[in-house]
Amino acid sequence: MKVLVPVKRVIDYNVKVRVKADGSGVDLANVKMSMNPFDEIAVEEAIRLKEKGVASEIIVVSIGVKQAQETLRTALAMGADRAILIEASSDVHQDIEPLAVAKLLAGVVKAEEPGLVLTGKQAIDNDMNATGQMLSALLGWAQATYASELAVEGDSATVTREVDGGLQTIKVKLPAVITVDLRLNEPRYASLPNIMKAKKKPLEEKTAADYGVDVTPRLTVIKTTEPAGRKAGIKVASVDELIAKLKDEAGVI
Amino acid sequence: MQFGLTDEQKMIIETTRSFVETELYPHEAEVERSGHLRLDLIRDLQAKAIAAGLYAANMPEEVGGAGLDTLSWLLYERELGRANYALHWTCVARPSNILLAGTPEQREKYLFPCIRGEKWDCLAMTEPGAGSDLRGMTASARRDGGDWVLNGTKHFISHADLADFAIVFMASGEEDTPRGKKKRITAFFVDKGTPGFTVRDGYRNVSHRGYTNAVLDFDNCRLPDSAVLGEAHKGFEVANTWLGATRLQVAATCLGRADRALGHAISYAAERRQFGQQIGKFQGVSFKLADMAMELKAAELLTWEAAWKFDQGTVTEADMSMAKLKATEVLAMVADEAIQIHGGMGLMDDLPLERIWRDARVERIWEGTSEIQRHIISRELLRAVGG
Ligand SMILES: Cc1cc2nc3c(=O)[nH]c(=O)nc-3n(C[C@H](O)[C@H](O)[C@H](O)COP(=O)(O)OP(=O)(O)OC[C@H]3O[C@@H](n4cnc5c(N)ncnc54)[C@H](O)[C@@H]3O)c2cc1C
Repeated sequence: MKVLVPVKRVIDYNVKVRVKADGSGVDLANVKMSMNPFDEIAVEEAIRLKEKGVASEIIVVSIGVKQAQETLRTALAMGADRAILIEASSDVHQDIEPLAVAKLLAGVVKAEEPGLVLTGKQAIDNDMNATGQMLSALLGWAQATYASELAVEGDSATVTREVDGGLQTIKVKLPAVITVDLRLNEPRYASLPNIMKAKKKPLEEKTAADYGVDVTPRLTVIKTTEPAGRKAGIKVASVDELIAKLKDEAGVI
Repeated sequence: MQFGLTDEQKMIIETTRSFVETELYPHEAEVERSGHLRLDLIRDLQAKAIAAGLYAANMPEEVGGAGLDTLSWLLYERELGRANYALHWTCVARPSNILLAGTPEQREKYLFPCIRGEKWDCLAMTEPGAGSDLRGMTASARRDGGDWVLNGTKHFISHADLADFAIVFMASGEEDTPRGKKKRITAFFVDKGTPGFTVRDGYRNVSHRGYTNAVLDFDNCRLPDSAVLGEAHKGFEVANTWLGATRLQVAATCLGRADRALGHAISYAAERRQFGQQIGKFQGVSFKLADMAMELKAAELLTWEAAWKFDQGTVTEADMSMAKLKATEVLAMVADEAIQIHGGMGLMDDLPLERIWRDARVERIWEGTSEIQRHIISRELLRAVGG
């Protein structure tokens, strides 16, 4: 069974983000970019499925600017077999919206016919949490979101989902789209020998037009603002004063 | 000219850096304070380094290494160099390249176990009476029947206590040359436990806590012909062929440590306030940062250029000496200024600066002292005009 893993190039989670002066978004010029952490977990899970003999080939695909090649190379160095880059924009600040991404992925699925698509539950840049679900709808496939455990047997997959207040275990028929959550696994390091070998793995370059998908944004960002800074606290002189303030000013007791 | 890094090189930096930060940094305080690296800790970290494909990554792919070009290898060395030396050298070992010069049998016995993390090597040239002037060595290897008999003492031999075997250079006779008599040198593999070979504790030194050195004694130590590495009497030729890039390795690890010290200095200058403002706003502090960054960049460029030329086959001895000399001297300057910017706090072992400062000292001495590097550089300049 082939497994398809879409990976997104996002601002590195360690970077302190800055809003662009015109408020149109986050400043991405000369900022460290990395693979979306949830997608890293999806790649790791695909590799584990391959190590168990469940997956036969892992194809990673990234949609966005040409530099997303770096993200694909990282996935190849971790252990994916080949990569597809769909260049959909030349502007690092243009986010390709979930529906366009899902349509492009549906095109890749038609061409590659994987038995399973593993995606991150969301990308940490825009937190849309929509692509996996939209893709399953476009394909008419089963979906399982927020996977924290995954077992594939025969033509079905058992998925434990992290839902509010607990865990839910469901069984889906394959082919399916499964979106992965934080606790599914701990991604491995891309080892140095594998980094060097990844150079020789195939990376196919496509464009959005190859799949006949229009990636023009449908949403307009009106404003981007930084989270409000935390105000400095105050010191109180006694427990009585604290209780009084909690009662009268904060109104919490 | 092309100054960009490839995607692979960026990934190498990222993987190595995150290993160093998550696996090695947490153990630095223990090693620094106890001056000792526990064997169980070594085994634990070694297993992780092997799993991460970082162990022995300096080696070619055919023998189980990462098959890196010289620049990529040095980028990996720079990242490792940020951490305590004993930790990175022992737990993420880079077996000596000279092991590649061995026969197929010697490779089985020494090279592969080192790459798999089952054995450690050490390399012994220096003697109490022969440091910079290695050809002045007196420890000797004499023919006896089909065997060799070794006598003499080597000192300052790094991690010989931990090593399973030593690669030892011995004076094996003299030859006549147009410039007079010249000592012949032969390199040998000597296993721990070989009769007549003992390893004693060496000296405690100011740099690289936890990284030991030892004294090696040879007392009629008898070795078969199969223990010779390379050809008999061609010890320095083997060394020159396989150890050429170790000066660049020293340079690269120094660059990593200097970068770490600079990082601390920059953050502190932006955080620490005196006289009602960030100390980085005082020109006396900010200009130091500018000079540190500029010198570090200069040292990096010298090192990366020499690495690139190494792979083109155009590197000269002077190129490698310049890189080693500049990187080790810049490290000393950056470490010293980083402490100055931190004031008293810079001297406390809560921060890595005091040890980066101590560790910097040995770098200008081993792998050829700064004077020897200047000698090599100037000799190349003067030879060109018949000097
Ligand atoms: C911690 C540590 C670990 C080491 N590990 C190893 C190891 O694993 N294996 C190994 O074989 N060796 C090792 N060494 C030895 C190291 O390589 C030597 O210390 C170095 O080569 C210098 O030799 P020396 O200490 O005998 O100094 P000397 O050669 O005696 O030098 C003394 C001074 O004279 C100067 N000098 C000498 N000759 C000249 C000249 N021609 N022109 C100008 N100035 C000159 C030197 O620069 C220096 O300033 C280690 C050393 C240390 C400190």
